[in-house]
Amino acid sequence: MKSVIPREVESLWTLFTAPTVWAVHFVGCYTTVAVYCAKASSLDFGFETVRLLLAGLTILALAVIVLSAWLAWRQWGFGVHDPPHDEPTKKGRTLFQGYATLLLSGLSFVAVVYAAIPLIFIAECQR
Amino acid sequence: MPDGGVTGLFQPIPSQRHLSRLCPGLVALLVLPLPSCSGNHSALDPAGPEAANIAQLFFLMLVGAVVIWLGLVASIIYASRKRREHSEESAGRVILWGGAVIPTIILCALLSYGMWLMPAIRPWVPDDHQVRRIEVTGEQFWWRVRYFDEAGKTMFETANEVRIPVGQPAHFSLKAADVIHSFWVPSLGGKMDMIPGRTNPLTLTADREGTYRGVCAEFCGESHALMAFTVRAVAPDEHEAWLAERRASSPQDTEGLAVFLNNGCGACHAISGTAANGRIGPDLTAFGERSTLAAGTLPHTVEDIARFVAYPGVIKPGVKMPHFGMLPEDDIKTIAVFLKELK
Repeated sequence: MKSVIPREVESLWTLFTAPTVWAVHFVGCYTTVAVYCAKASSLDFGFETVRLLLAGLTILALAVIVLSAWLAWRQWGFGVHDPPHDEPTKKGRTLFQGYATLLLSGLSFVAVVYAAIPLIFIAECQR
Repeated sequence: MPDGGVTGLFQPIPSQRHLSRLCPGLVALLVLPLPSCSGNHSALDPAGPEAANIAQLFFLMLVGAVVIWLGLVASIIYASRKRREHSEESAGRVILWGGAVIPTIILCALLSYGMWLMPAIRPWVPDDHQVRRIEVTGEQFWWRVRYFDEAGKTMFETANEVRIPVGQPAHFSLKAADVIHSFWVPSLGGKMDMIPGRTNPLTLTADREGTYRGVCAEFCGESHALMAFTVRAVAPDEHEAWLAERRASSPQDTEGLAVFLNNGCGACHAISGTAANGRIGPDLTAFGERSTLAAGTLPHTVEDIARFVAYPGVIKPGVKMPHFGMLPEDDIKTIAVFLKELK
């Protein structure tokens, strides 16, 4: 069966996907809250709306990271091959890259969850 | 025999001998810091709900860290003594669980717990609420304290000493006049930075009467370590009486006041109800009530006041106050007695 996402996308770019998503989510959360709290008195929506917006951004970020992890898992051969992938061959490089991408995706997933935890507990701006 | 009493087979090996010598030293090292866990300047002896939450967080993290440390030491001892080789697969499992999964879960739990505590540690009241605020401004190297009424109007100013009512939240507005300072009363709560151009709010509640020591917790210059203050938590009735008394404070004309004014002290210091209205140095109204001198640097005695008036820069390097050692000794003493008796 032909995959919806072709194997050609599995390049060095997929390696950067998950950390980039984490960075965007991190900066997005911080700037959104900082800008909202600085301008809260002149805006006509509450902090609840900001939390919901960022919760949506978090779910989107996690979904993209999971997709990136799935692609990496496929590139790694669905866990059939054990590391270290240190042969100087194209297959060895592909498997290494898939494994590294999978680990980075895991790290990015945890980092996005950590960055989102304050959204659960912090319910207002402190000015 | 040097260690006496132990013979033959039961003679301890050298490493055990070293351990037995080290033990009293280690116990002493562990016991010595214990007195610092209590007192009026200890985050481990909380006198209010905000500080109690911080102490709780500290003890939870301490117990957790000890458990993790013991586990780590146990595994190091196990690894150094084991005879049997473990498979690479089981070693990988230990690394995965011990090095990644369990730390991730512990960090997640700690982060969540810390965040959950945050609103209780940093309670705040919006600006539009009608509460009495106490404005504290950090200056090199002292604290300007201003009391406001519910309408935000200044009631009076004082320095280096804050009075708050027991059992009622005290709302602070924290500012800085020159460089970054940090306002920290360990017995009452966490510290809050004072940043030039910003007003940071902080709410602290004392749930028992007492005098608590506060410090500047951000390096601010050569006399940073000599920039302390006291917080006196008193019964609400007593606090109200003090506020009323301070608002009406007006000392009588005395020889001391005349010497104080004639030597130009009033150009930098203010004393309510007199011609002294300087704004550069600390307000000296009711100075005699204070428990320390020069922001917690010296005891509040006539001799120390005279010493500080004569050579402030020697006692507290970097202060703006010039030396007055050139004044006649009698004048310095008269000023010191006048200030000590100023109520």
